[in-house]
Amino acid sequence: MMETTAATKSLIGTRKPHFADTSFKISLFAAGGIVVVVLASILLIMFLGGRQAFETFGIGFIWSTEWNPVTSIYGALPAITGTLITALLAICIAWPIGFGIAFFLTELCPRALRAPLGIAIELLAAIPSIVYGMWGFFVLAPFMAENVQPWLTETFQWIPPLGDSFFWFSAAPLGVGLMTASLVLAVMILPFIAATTRDVMLSTPQLLKDGAYAMGATRWESLTGVVIPAVRGSLFGAVFLGLGRALGETMAVVFVIGNATRMPDSLYAPSASIASVVANNFPEAEPGSIQLAALLGLGFILFVVSFGVLALARLLLRQERMA
Amino acid sequence: MKTLTPQVKARYFRRQATDLIMGGLCVFAAVIGLIMLALILWMLFSRGLAGLSLDVFTKSMSSTGTGGGLANAIVGSLIQVGIGSMIGAPLGMMVGVYLSEVGKTSRFASLVRFVNDILLSAPSVLIGLFVYQIAVSPFKGFSGIAGAIALALLAMPVVARTTEDILRLVPQAYRDGAIALGSRENEVVRKVILPAAFGGILTGILLAVARIAGETAPLIFTSLGNSNWSTDLTKPMASLPIAIYRYAGSPSADLIQLAWTGALLITVGVLLLNVVSRVSLAALKRGQG
Repeated sequence: MMETTAATKSLIGTRKPHFADTSFKISLFAAGGIVVVVLASILLIMFLGGRQAFETFGIGFIWSTEWNPVTSIYGALPAITGTLITALLAICIAWPIGFGIAFFLTELCPRALRAPLGIAIELLAAIPSIVYGMWGFFVLAPFMAENVQPWLTETFQWIPPLGDSFFWFSAAPLGVGLMTASLVLAVMILPFIAATTRDVMLSTPQLLKDGAYAMGATRWESLTGVVIPAVRGSLFGAVFLGLGRALGETMAVVFVIGNATRMPDSLYAPSASIASVVANNFPEAEPGSIQLAALLGLGFILFVVSFGVLALARLLLRQERMA
Repeated sequence: MKTLTPQVKARYFRRQATDLIMGGLCVFAAVIGLIMLALILWMLFSRGLAGLSLDVFTKSMSSTGTGGGLANAIVGSLIQVGIGSMIGAPLGMMVGVYLSEVGKTSRFASLVRFVNDILLSAPSVLIGLFVYQIAVSPFKGFSGIAGAIALALLAMPVVARTTEDILRLVPQAYRDGAIALGSRENEVVRKVILPAAFGGILTGILLAVARIAGETAPLIFTSLGNSNWSTDLTKPMASLPIAIYRYAGSPSADLIQLAWTGALLITVGVLLLNVVSRVSLAALKRGQG
C-alpha cells in the first residue's frame, strides 16, 4: 500500500475536521465493524443454538458414535469422521495436481497461454457446487462402482484391516460413499490450490530464480532449491485454504457421500459429513427440537474447525496476502 | 577443452532427466485440470441441451411431476440474487474503501481484513444456518428476503476484497492531487478514487453475483424453495439451485432432465460472468499496474 506523503499529511493536519469527513469515516468504520460482528455472531448463534445438545449429551456429544433421530440420541463423531476423511483424502489427491498446475503455469507454459489457461483453471472454481454434485452422482459414482472400485478391491485386498472395523478397499463397490465424495471434493478444491500456489510461486523475486539459472540449475532445481525454500510457509497456506474449503463443502457432498450417519467401515462406505448431515436432517428438524439443537451443535463444531484451518491458512499466506 | 568424466556426464544426464520427468508430470497435471473442466462442461451441454425449450422459461414448476418449467425458479433466483447483491455490494464496497483509504495498516483494519478473508471461504452452509436462526426462526417462516440476506452475507466479503485490491492500484498522485486542490477526504474518495476504480469495482461485483447465483446450501435454510409462482418476499421463494437440487434427487426422468437443463443455464450464466469479469479485470490491472 502506498503511504500518504509527508507533505500531504501536513496539509490534512492543518484543516479542521469537517462534519462530512467525520461521518464519512464513521460510516466506513462501521462497515468494517459489520464484518467482524457477522463472524462473531455466527459463532455465538451456533453456540447458543447448539447449547441444548451439549447440555443433554455432555461434552461426549463430540465423540459419541450414535446418531439416531428415532430415539433422539445424537453424537457427532460419525459426521466428524466423514468430514475429516473426505477432506484429508481430497487434499492428498488435489495437492500434487494443484502444485503441478501451478509450476506449469509459472515456469513451463508458453507466456501467451498463461492467462487463458489460468482463467480456465479458475473457471473450475466458479462452477456451482450443485453441478459438481450432479456430476458426481450421475457420472462419477456409477463409473467408480463399475470400473474403479472392483479393480481397487482386487489390487489392494491384501491390506490388513485397521483394527477389526475398518476394511480399506474390501467392501461392496456402491459408488456413492467416502471415496467418491473425496474425489469430487478433490476436483472442487484443485483450482483453489492451483491458483493460490501459482500466486505464491510468482511472488518469489525473479532475481532469485535468475541466480539459480545462472548457476546452471534446471527449472525443477530452481523450484526445489530456490522457490520452495523462499515461500514454504505460503505453500502450506495454500494447502490449508483448500482444506478449509473441503471441510465445509455441502451440496456436492450431499449428492455423493451416501448420507449414512454411522461410522464408516471401509473407504467405499456410505458416510456423512457435518455439512451433509446439517443439510439433510434440517428439513425434518422441528424448531426448538433437540434435533435442531444437535444440528446447530454440529454447525458450531464445523465453524470452530474450519475457522481454525482458515485462520492458519491466512496467517501462513499473510506475508504475500495471496488468494 | 578437457573431456568430461563419465561421473559428471551421468550426473548431468540425471539432472536433465529429473527436470524432464517432473516437468512432464506438471504438464500432465495441467492436462488433468483441463480435462476435468471439459468433462463437466461436456456432460452439462450433452444432457442439459436436450431439455432446453421455451417451456423452461415460460412455465412454472409443476407439482404433479411431469411437464412444467423453471420460470418461477429463474425469477426467484433473479429476485434473491438481485436483492442480495444490492445489500451485499454497497456494504462490501464500504469495507473495501475503509481498508484501502481509511484503516490501511491500523490494527482494527488488519483485524477486519483477516476476518473478511476468513468469511470469504467460510462454509456457506453455516451462513444459511445463521440466517435461519436470526431471520427465519424468530418470524416463524421461510422467506425470500431471508434468502437474499444470506446471499448478501456471501457477496459482501467478495466485493470487499476486490474493491480493496482495485483501490490499491489507483496511483497515490490522484489522492495527493485531489487534496492539493482542496478536496475533503470524503470528496477525494467519492469524486476521484471511486470513479477512477469504477470498472474494477464493477467487475468485482459481477464476480460476487456469479458466486452467489449458484449457491444452494444457504437457501435450503432460508428461502426453502417453492413450486408455485411467488414474488412475495415474506413467503418461501423458489430458486434455480434449489429446484435443481429437488429435481435431481427425484425418481422422475422428466424432472431429472429439467434439473440438467437448469444446471446448464446456471453454469453458463455463472461462467460467462466469470470470464467477462476476469478478462476485464486483467486488462484493467495491466492498464494501471
